[in-house]
Amino acid sequence: MERDDIIEYSPDQVHGEEEGRKIRKKIWMVTLILSVITIVEVMVGVYFGRGTVSDGAWLGIKIFYIVLTLVKAGYIVLTFMHLGDERKNARNVILYPYILFIAYLIFIALTESSYINDMLQRYF
Amino acid sequence: MGGHASKQIDTATLWGGKGSPFSMSYGKLMMWFFLVSDALTFGGLLVAYGYARHKYTGEWPIAEKVFHAFPGVDAHLPLAYVALMTFILIVSSVTMVLAVEAGHRLDKKGVVKWLALTVVGGFVFLGSQAWEWSHFIHGESGYVMLENGQKATFETHGHHYHSNEELYAEADLVLEDGTVLTGAKKEAALGTMYKHVQGANLKENEYGPQLYANFFFFITGFHGFHVFSGVVINLLVLIQVMRGTYDSRGHFEMVEKVGLYWHFVDLVWVFVFTFFYLL
Repeated sequence: MERDDIIEYSPDQVHGEEEGRKIRKKIWMVTLILSVITIVEVMVGVYFGRGTVSDGAWLGIKIFYIVLTLVKAGYIVLTFMHLGDERKNARNVILYPYILFIAYLIFIALTESSYINDMLQRYF
Repeated sequence: MGGHASKQIDTATLWGGKGSPFSMSYGKLMMWFFLVSDALTFGGLLVAYGYARHKYTGEWPIAEKVFHAFPGVDAHLPLAYVALMTFILIVSSVTMVLAVEAGHRLDKKGVVKWLALTVVGGFVFLGSQAWEWSHFIHGESGYVMLENGQKATFETHGHHYHSNEELYAEADLVLEDGTVLTGAKKEAALGTMYKHVQGANLKENEYGPQLYANFFFFITGFHGFHVFSGVVINLLVLIQVMRGTYDSRGHFEMVEKVGLYWHFVDLVWVFVFTFFYLL
């Protein structure tokens, strides 16, 4: 008997000419956004690089960079990898465990390394 | 005991093995799971990099001062070349997504065109990375260690010297405390030089803490290897598209699956770019 429980291909992913045009328009829009963000990042890096601005300003720039990077990552994952068009539970099962784990890893590594840096500054 | 279900589950709760709850094919779901695990690898590497970066916060090299060369141009262009590399990878990601879109319309010609461009973009990126590595490894004037334990650098005033003999003869020597040595004093100091570190390898580098170069080689190398394997996989799928393998299947989902991998490579580069070249 032929199995009917395996979807070899997601049928709702097929689309026609009309929808294709809309999707392509979206793709070029995202391309433009990604390119502009990259140009802005490089310009900020060239004119307000680390060591040329005050520590407070550099902290702001760091956060600015990380936010822009996450925006870019969001566009790539949700539009280019069209995870945004997948079912909600598929999306959650991919994104949330990852975000949770990495957030914890970042927290623990930065806390420890800042402490070690402090100690190196103080005693060596 | 163990292994036996103690209670019967009623059929309303059971999923029943019909269509996938994710509405995704097996291959695509597994590709996503692979990408999550691969992203954890890269996440771990970048977090380890962040750890080293914070530990040596004061002495960590400034990217604009390390990466400012551009092939064929003798100018100081900080970050221009990596920005170009980033742009190349974004564009090849776009051509990939256009190939996937063409596949959804069962437009074989479109798939071939865009996938071929993606392969070209991948090769261009790999070539750029080879140049970047070569430049990083060869370095510039570097620093010298003198016998009295002092570390000195060269003030080249932007000149490009073709050999170290020329560099020793013409550039000024700057000691760690800022003293500039010229003429006879420089000759005397250079006479006591026992090491000249230029560029980078796995043991020493002219840019900063050793971990900096090691992470550079490992993370960009690991990413470059992903790009390389992505290009190979794209090429194989391109050949299969042209041979009509997917026509008989009635869909181009394979293009979509390798597309996911290719976008992932671009995604990783976005983070590598931020953490290596900007922060």
